[in-house]
Amino acid sequence: MSQSVFFMFATLPLLLQGAVVAILITLLSIALGFAAGVPITFLRIYGGRLGKGFANGYEWVLKGLPVLVTLFILYLGFPKLGIQIGSFAAIVLGLGLRSAAYQAQIYRGAVLSISTEQTEAGLSLGLSRFRTFFTIILPQAFRLSLPGFTNEFTIVLKDSPLAYAVGIVEILKQGRDITTTRGHTFAVYLACSILYFALFQLFYFLFQRINKKFAIPGFIFSK
Amino acid sequence: MGEAILRVEGIEKSFGKLKVLDGVSFSLDKGEVKVVIGPSGTGKSTMLRCINMLNPPDRGRIFLGGLDVTAAKADLVAIRQKIGMVFQHFALFNHLRAIDNVTLGLVQVKKMSRKAAMEKAMFELSRVGMQDHGDKYPAQLSGGQKQRVGIARALAMDPILMLFDEPTSALDPELIGEVLTVMQDLARNGMTMICVTHEMGFAKSVANEIIYMEHGKILEEGPPSDMFNNPQHPRTKEFLGKITQLYGETEKSGAAKVRE
Repeated sequence: MSQSVFFMFATLPLLLQGAVVAILITLLSIALGFAAGVPITFLRIYGGRLGKGFANGYEWVLKGLPVLVTLFILYLGFPKLGIQIGSFAAIVLGLGLRSAAYQAQIYRGAVLSISTEQTEAGLSLGLSRFRTFFTIILPQAFRLSLPGFTNEFTIVLKDSPLAYAVGIVEILKQGRDITTTRGHTFAVYLACSILYFALFQLFYFLFQRINKKFAIPGFIFSK
Repeated sequence: MGEAILRVEGIEKSFGKLKVLDGVSFSLDKGEVKVVIGPSGTGKSTMLRCINMLNPPDRGRIFLGGLDVTAAKADLVAIRQKIGMVFQHFALFNHLRAIDNVTLGLVQVKKMSRKAAMEKAMFELSRVGMQDHGDKYPAQLSGGQKQRVGIARALAMDPILMLFDEPTSALDPELIGEVLTVMQDLARNGMTMICVTHEMGFAKSVANEIIYMEHGKILEEGPPSDMFNNPQHPRTKEFLGKITQLYGETEKSGAAKVRE
């Protein structure tokens, strides 16, 4: 038993290498989700019939597909159509495109929950619609989205092990490789779990601090 | 009195099938204060929002000091700077301190330097008695304080016309007085104002004319003395009668009296 515990610590360096990959996947996927999610938010709020239709459709489809399925379509399916998608690109696209749908929902909720009087007040001072959005609505929407964004971030982090399915060496794959060659199965997977949990806690505390830093004094977002 | 600051001619506005404004016309000379009263949902707030084109009217024209506000090519940015608006729910920018709420328009629209904007903002905050609260965020202020900051924010743009949309309706009774006092001082110092309100004490003390609106139309208008003592239209009589019942007691006890 103590052998297993010792082994757990011995696997740490390899698992940490995997952790770096996991973090990289998470950050890139979230970034893609943001880059694609924001335009969808705009389309849904300010777009015409076509724009709103596209945005609605995108959210509907991407929320309805399991990530693993999307992953296989990208990694295994597309090459058969002549489009080569590498394993890393596949996982980032798979997680990122789905994240875009959820992030769009978060930002839309945040913007819509800001009272129209805020926009009216900005316009009545002579601010353009553009400036009113960027100096008045956006800063408030940003703070309103933080809880939802934190949640989405942790979801993507916990889904990053799906990269295993396309052969990327992150924490879980490292663990599996170790168990197939050296045994100590339970100890190794326990070590993986602890590492994932530690990453989760790390980012959670990070977001707590960000939330505190940007909090508006005295303001509780309940309308 | 002076030249007409505002002329509203036959404005109509519908939201879908609902006709909210059905031909409203009036004018306002420099320094005049008009109070608009009437039952809720009769288009008073909509009318105010037509004046600064937040809700453009479907028909009719509005002239601000001779400029056609409703014209297709109207420079809304320039026009809106001349009209200050105060909102029922204050509409302060929650992520900014009180002083920054006032400087926002000065820096972004009037392109003043930060320093000049701060000076002007402090001046306006002093005018409404909020000079010691500049560093506070809206959530840290009481309703009456928030509204006073809202008034300062509108005044900082040096408007020629101030629009008040039920400025005290969302306030606790004890806080109404401080806001009305600021508005009364403004009126006495010659600001041209349109106020949609239920505060009859305010109307009696500073209004040049009271306009009674119902179902998107002006049913009656006249000086406070005429309107309160001798209303002609049956609906005006009914409405004022009810209002006096509600607010009459405070009138008699002098609680809503103004510092002379």
